[in-house]
Amino acid sequence: MSMLDEYAKVAGRDVIEHLRQLAEPLRGMKLVHVNSTRLGGGVAEILDKLVPLTRELGLDAHWETISGEGEFFDCTKAMHNALQGNRVDIPPHLLAAYETTNRANAEQLRATLEEADFVFIHDPQPAPLYALCPNRRGKWVWRCHIDASHPHRPVWRYLRNWVKDYDASVFSLPAFAQSLPHPQYIVSPSIDPLSEKNMALGDDEVASVYERFELDPSRPLVLQVSRFDRFKDPIGVIQAYKLAKKFVPALQLVLAGGGATDDPEGEAVLSEVRAAAEQDSDIHILLLPSDAHRTINALQRAAPIVLQKSLREGFGLTVTEAMWKGKAVIGGDVGGIRLQVINHHTGFLVNTPEGAALRIRYLLHQPDKLAEMGEKARGFVRDNFLITRHLREYLTLMVALLHDAADRIELG
Amino acid sequence: MAETAVVADDPPEEFAVKDCALVAIATGRKALTAQELRDHLLAVEVSSVYHHFWGGLLHAHFEEREFNNDFAAWVKHGLHDAILAERLAMLDPTDYPDLEELRRELVDLIDARLDETESLHWTRASQQFELTRSQIVIFDTGNRLREARELVDLIPNLSASSIFYHFIDARRRLAEHGNDFSLWLLRFGDEYADLRVELDGVDPYFGNLSELRDQLTAMMHRHLAETAP
Repeated sequence: MSMLDEYAKVAGRDVIEHLRQLAEPLRGMKLVHVNSTRLGGGVAEILDKLVPLTRELGLDAHWETISGEGEFFDCTKAMHNALQGNRVDIPPHLLAAYETTNRANAEQLRATLEEADFVFIHDPQPAPLYALCPNRRGKWVWRCHIDASHPHRPVWRYLRNWVKDYDASVFSLPAFAQSLPHPQYIVSPSIDPLSEKNMALGDDEVASVYERFELDPSRPLVLQVSRFDRFKDPIGVIQAYKLAKKFVPALQLVLAGGGATDDPEGEAVLSEVRAAAEQDSDIHILLLPSDAHRTINALQRAAPIVLQKSLREGFGLTVTEAMWKGKAVIGGDVGGIRLQVINHHTGFLVNTPEGAALRIRYLLHQPDKLAEMGEKARGFVRDNFLITRHLREYLTLMVALLHDAADRIELG
Repeated sequence: MAETAVVADDPPEEFAVKDCALVAIATGRKALTAQELRDHLLAVEVSSVYHHFWGGLLHAHFEEREFNNDFAAWVKHGLHDAILAERLAMLDPTDYPDLEELRRELVDLIDARLDETESLHWTRASQQFELTRSQIVIFDTGNRLREARELVDLIPNLSASSIFYHFIDARRRLAEHGNDFSLWLLRFGDEYADLRVELDGVDPYFGNLSELRDQLTAMMHRHLAETAP
């Protein structure tokens, strides 16, 4: 069975047929995606499925990665943080390593990239490749996966010089877009419904998390999955749990996040979270390895209510993941969570621990409503946030670029 | 953006089933006050006006839409000016010969409200309005209808985006007829006049496209099912 057939089972046969028709004018064209890693991270996860799916639609799609050493990645890590608003300049020697590394990679990739009909360059790491491939024949797109809504300006100005001449760029939300002299497409992130993090699991595997983490399956459970980061407000989640527990004494809370990290801020937040938990045996703080996808999947399926009480959020794919599992989500009224959590339909948007506590109580007392909202949440993700929609929008923008970005393009 | 040429309303012999895909583009224009929205509206690509009136229909929504366009919704929920929101909500794009006229009317309504109420000059919205435009790619599915009764089987199987193209986008393309189905049915003379009247009477703004498809399906059954093969 082809991958497209597999996705048709979850996204719908009509969705796949739509993709086939949209891909028809692009059939046989060479498309190359370039990023900096084949393993780990959201970009690699998406490309791992997007590239073979695109090939099944008849495009000659490839995925290349660039390689680099310590100073290169120190630079791109600093660039990433600066785009997210960290006001720290990048020293010249790191920028020099960035440019040298890109020149070396351009030597390896130039022939492939210059002959491609479309090149998608993902994030800042390979951004200079456009300027380093002067004999380009195709359309080049810079895909920014980062929340660049409030970038540190000196770093953005440096990066902007590398990306301004692309044919187009792609951002995840309108708020992330920056001033650039080319079309800036808006393509929301997506989840892969067939990945380990989102695939269907058997009842036994879901139930196994109760025993493994000493949870009581007969008592209500709320879950937040996120890094121990102040912007994810884990302390606010504990406050909400404590407020709700006065009314629902059997309530249990799971805070599941990444394991011990060398990030001093993360360690500090984790210490604060432990202190706030105050030895409450019904608060379970789980430090999970970064590849614990099936465990996270099972926890999200086991919990009747999922929280994502962020104070600031890019898109919030953990919200999407929970909604795909049929869960109503209580989310912070910020960023991309607003696109996903629709009050009274797929969950509730909240601004305070009190607001979160109120909605926990409400949903636990309205099991029919909880189930109805969960069902709507899954349908909402199916229609808007699966990888098939992501692919449809990439195909649409590629067709549009072939027609010089006209507003209406009538094919055939 | 070049305004879409309005086609002459000559009914085609065959009904060509088409589909479409939209992709959004940031304009970089963001408004926090009514004045800023007004100024951006004057300068933004006119395709942004199209996007904020029609584009929302291609996205899932759950409750009946309170307003038929994003401007009215933002004025109500961001700026909290119910009066301007109600006026903007009553704009019917089909009342205007093209999007430039519709843009002009939007600006006039905001200007008039700014003249009426001083506080609106400095009221800042709780969320900024990000002006977006979209590109639409239209493709031919290859499916052709020759008999009206074939609509009975077609409509329930049309994608939401195909419904959007034939029923919503058509309002922008066609001079007199609000949708591609009514235009095509004209070729059969008065035989389907009742169906055409009913189709032309559909107000598509307030439901979602799945509901619109269900509504059209029921309509086709009522008028055509007994003649279906």
